[in-house]
Amino acid sequence: MPRPMTVAEKILAAHAGLDEVRPGQLVECDLDLVLANDITAPIAIDVFRELGATEVFDRDRVCLVPDHYAPNKDIKSAEQTKKMRDFAREQKITHYWEQGCAGIEHALLPEQGVVVPGDLVIGADSHTCTYGALGAFSTGVGSTDAGVGLATGRAWFKVPPTIKFVIDGELTDGAAAKDIILHIIGLIGVDGALYQAMEFTGSTIASLSMEGRMCISNMAIEAGGKAGIMEVDDVARAWLEGRCEREYVEYHADVDAEYAQVIHIDAADIKPCVSWPHLPSNTHPVTESRDITIDQAVIGSCTNGRIEDMRAAAEVLRGRKVNENVRCIVIPATQAVFKQCMTEGLADVFIDANCVFSTPTCGPCLGGYMGILAAGERCVSTTNRNFVGRMGDPTSEVYLASPAVAAASAVAGHIALPSDL
Amino acid sequence: MHFEGTVFRYGRDVDTDVIIPARYLNSSDHAHLAAHAMEDLDPTFATRVQPGDIVVAEENFGCGSSREHAPVALKAAGVSCVIAKSFARIFYRNAINVGLAILECPEAVDAIADGAKVAVDTETGTITNLDTGATFTAEPFPPFIAEIIEAGGLVERTRAKLAARS
Repeated sequence: MPRPMTVAEKILAAHAGLDEVRPGQLVECDLDLVLANDITAPIAIDVFRELGATEVFDRDRVCLVPDHYAPNKDIKSAEQTKKMRDFAREQKITHYWEQGCAGIEHALLPEQGVVVPGDLVIGADSHTCTYGALGAFSTGVGSTDAGVGLATGRAWFKVPPTIKFVIDGELTDGAAAKDIILHIIGLIGVDGALYQAMEFTGSTIASLSMEGRMCISNMAIEAGGKAGIMEVDDVARAWLEGRCEREYVEYHADVDAEYAQVIHIDAADIKPCVSWPHLPSNTHPVTESRDITIDQAVIGSCTNGRIEDMRAAAEVLRGRKVNENVRCIVIPATQAVFKQCMTEGLADVFIDANCVFSTPTCGPCLGGYMGILAAGERCVSTTNRNFVGRMGDPTSEVYLASPAVAAASAVAGHIALPSDL
Repeated sequence: MHFEGTVFRYGRDVDTDVIIPARYLNSSDHAHLAAHAMEDLDPTFATRVQPGDIVVAEENFGCGSSREHAPVALKAAGVSCVIAKSFARIFYRNAINVGLAILECPEAVDAIADGAKVAVDTETGTITNLDTGATFTAEPFPPFIAEIIEAGGLVERTRAKLAARS
């Protein structure tokens, strides 16, 4: 009998061809998917060539997504997307999405059914941990690891210990999935899960949609986590139905699996909150943040650019106008979400409220384009990082919040709850 | 490897956005990245840093994005080594992969001031504060990672393995 294992340990063991693994063990694994984007792929392609490789390990298992500075923001960005596009054509990569079919990678891959439960995925983007919500072990790496992955379909891992977060009870006061993960990061700090996997469970998680779950797994990296894993349940199975291309394997944690730590959280303690500059762990209740006036609100990103997020923002903005001192920029994460916004009339709501309503891109989240902040400006954003200079000038400020809070703040002109309007 | 240089000392949670802001990620040219290294944390860093200089920081150095441009920017700017109390895991992997020396040594971090002259021997993990004479020993790398470093990085190691297979 192998030792009792967590989900992370089971997936790594299976992909290393071992019956069991232990935290701290170094293993070499076969990968199900290797992902890169327009910023990280060019370097990974250089590494691929440097290795003397001529063919990717499996053209169906490589994902290349132009999303960070695409549609191309300048000539240099155009060169980077071109380099990735040329490589995708040369290698006949199945999962390359051209601008107009694409979207933000971590919303796009699950939506298109490319990632399935039990997968082991590396992505040259730190928010690759998003797919943990689907019961996959997926983690961010740099371009060199991705380049080696492209050539060999393999990567080395140090098996991480797992911290289990058990969140039980009903969310109240308008708290959303985003508030759960901001609350957790506030609790354990930006290195609270360093070198460790996070596993999220409990009745609160079970009550969330896949969109909400992906928002939580997405930000595991903001606590230093290597993965942010949830077990597959009926909600996940229903969401995967008709979507995924491959047979999948569900891994469930053994009841006597060893955890580095088990943290219990009562959902009633989670309030709508905002992470003040300049760390995601600097969380404060919205009720203590109302004095903060804003110049901009951004609603979108791989964290909160899914249809449920668009609906939550539209519900607040419906029949209202964005404050005259605020620019509100709404960016659906994928073409499908964009189209759904049109079908459901959400696009009308945003435009009637005087929002900028944009084609999918990572754009402002990382200070690329489509909403850069001037010196001293403040932005409430549904994105994932509020580091110094993240969205523009080094003296600008980013406050992280849920879509409903960002929309309410856009209307109020200061950080606010929907119930304040 | 033996390095000697002047210390640039910083606090905890030095993130990859300040190591190399995303507004410069429209190119991966090393000189371009080096010119903007640490710009949002220490605007004069790129003009003051000399080949061999050493960055010393508290916990969680390199947190945030997976951009390999971060260790590349530091290395291209002339930084020989980063000594920290701990590193964010993607930065840790990336630094090893691109050949930027990194050492975890909380005691050394506490005892080294900004501007100090420091010598580092990466094979033994010995860190010497040349101003005070104090020496410290960093955590050794696990053998598997030492093997990657010894091979000259992940690309070299993989190339050797691919060659052995064919």
